[in-house]
Amino acid sequence: MRADLTLIHEWIPEGARVLDLGCGEGTLLAALARDKRVTGYGLEIDPDGITACLAKGVNVIEQNLDEGLANFEDDACDLVVMTQALQALRRPDLMLDEMLRVAGECIITFPNFAYWRHRAYLGFKGYMPVSRSLPHAWYDTPNIHLSTFNDFERLCRDKGLSIVDRAVGIGDHEGHWTSRWWPNLFGEIAIFRVARRA
Amino acid sequence: MPEFPSDSVGLVTPQTAHFDDPLALACGRTLPAYDLVYETYGTLNAERTNAILICHALSGHHHAAGFHSTDERKPGWWDAHIGPGKSIDTDRFFVVSVNNLGGCHGSTGPTSENPETGRQWGPDFPIMTVGDWVHSQARLADRLGIERFAAVIGGSLGGMQVLQWTLSYPERIAHAGVIAATPKLSAQNIAFNEVARQAIRSDPDFHDGWYADHGTAPRRGLKLARMVGHITYLSEDAMGSKFGRDLRTTDLNFGFDVEFQVESYLRYQGDTFSTSFDANTYLLMTKALDYFDPAAPHDGDLARALAPAACPFLVVSFTTDWRFPPPRSKELVNALVRADKSVSYVNIDSSHGHDAFLMPEPRYQAVFAAFMNRVAGDLGLEGQS
Repeated sequence: MRADLTLIHEWIPEGARVLDLGCGEGTLLAALARDKRVTGYGLEIDPDGITACLAKGVNVIEQNLDEGLANFEDDACDLVVMTQALQALRRPDLMLDEMLRVAGECIITFPNFAYWRHRAYLGFKGYMPVSRSLPHAWYDTPNIHLSTFNDFERLCRDKGLSIVDRAVGIGDHEGHWTSRWWPNLFGEIAIFRVARRA
Repeated sequence: MPEFPSDSVGLVTPQTAHFDDPLALACGRTLPAYDLVYETYGTLNAERTNAILICHALSGHHHAAGFHSTDERKPGWWDAHIGPGKSIDTDRFFVVSVNNLGGCHGSTGPTSENPETGRQWGPDFPIMTVGDWVHSQARLADRLGIERFAAVIGGSLGGMQVLQWTLSYPERIAHAGVIAATPKLSAQNIAFNEVARQAIRSDPDFHDGWYADHGTAPRRGLKLARMVGHITYLSEDAMGSKFGRDLRTTDLNFGFDVEFQVESYLRYQGDTFSTSFDANTYLLMTKALDYFDPAAPHDGDLARALAPAACPFLVVSFTTDWRFPPPRSKELVNALVRADKSVSYVNIDSSHGHDAFLMPEPRYQAVFAAFMNRVAGDLGLEGQS
């Protein structure tokens, strides 16, 4: 499993009701159902991802996240997870509101645009960064709202949300390390656990 | 059977089950005895855990797959999905498809003899509901020794039967496949049904439904009903790409004969149908559609109505279906989510309108196959194929 997914897997409590936004092939939900009796739904629009979820027995609902989560009631879930999808949404800020309406807590991961390799790519080459976490060219990328570790923290602060936990992912083989030191520079993947202000 | 495709179930023979135990119906009347005609494909395993029930739509019947004879041009109505190696793999599953009560293809219906009068039931045949059908299907399952279906699957009116199964017999259904259906008809749906019924009832040959006694049949009315229905089953795109505004002749003739290809097509479809289908059955089936509304006894709260359901659902809609469009399927999905049920929903891109549920389409087939794999996996049927 991807480094960020491994960490999320650890963070999610036994028996939780989880909504996974942009669940892809349902890898996380399948693992959580198997290891932690987690129930819930994945939302996805990619046809191949949806078919893969069905084959795994993961509950998947074809739904465009840009249309919101109106079909889920307030506090319908314990946790909303969104891995590597925030940056592809039309309004990430509104989605954050929606996520914390549907559940008291959410876990979000996204590529950190301020990662040193990205900075170096742009700084030295003068081109939009292309990397493992940002594999697309500028013209065909689904990632329309790139941000940094710091940007996201500021958004949470402005919204009065509390950041329960944060971590950085750096590559698949290394797993993750949780650090207070320069996450904005050394973190390739930003991983946040955010709650409504208690 | 070399004359049939290798992924066909081949030659099939309908069977009849006779029931003498009276069936109490939702309308308050009781059917004293009745026949159900059905077909089966594949083999029931020793544990009797691999049975799939296929529920048919408005004008459908028991002949879902394979061929009745070597001369039959067209296979059963869902042959695209049922057969060895197909989505509903008959190497793995035992498939049962039944002609509903009130039908006109062998099961007891308006064209059957009423034992009390010795003549055809005709318009006297009780109005059936989706619930009545499900009860009768459960009795057939008892007869076949099937305690619990691995899945009950159906499209359109068939999908409503599936939904009813999850509510009437939650312990007897392990998975539900609700395709191109709706939890209840809209006013527009009912309006189309009423136009169809009026077309039939206003035919001078209808004789209040006693047309058989008059040695006639309301063919013109039935033809019109089918033409209206057929328009709602296709999408505008499908009709446009199939016929456009193509003319049958080179010039306009400024009259009311057939000029456009689409007119010719509709007339042909209507004619064919009117000679093979019974008008009273059509009236009864459209009424069953109109009445279906499991939320009604729960103040319209579908989530509350779904409380008894216990199995995982697959809900499928098609983008160009305007008979039961995707939002109607989403209504069901959202209610299932609110009721905390296990559900997956897929909206298939198709140009075929409502009829798309009958067609082979790569994504539809992939989705269906993945779901059926899950059905097999959940029930430990992998070793069967």
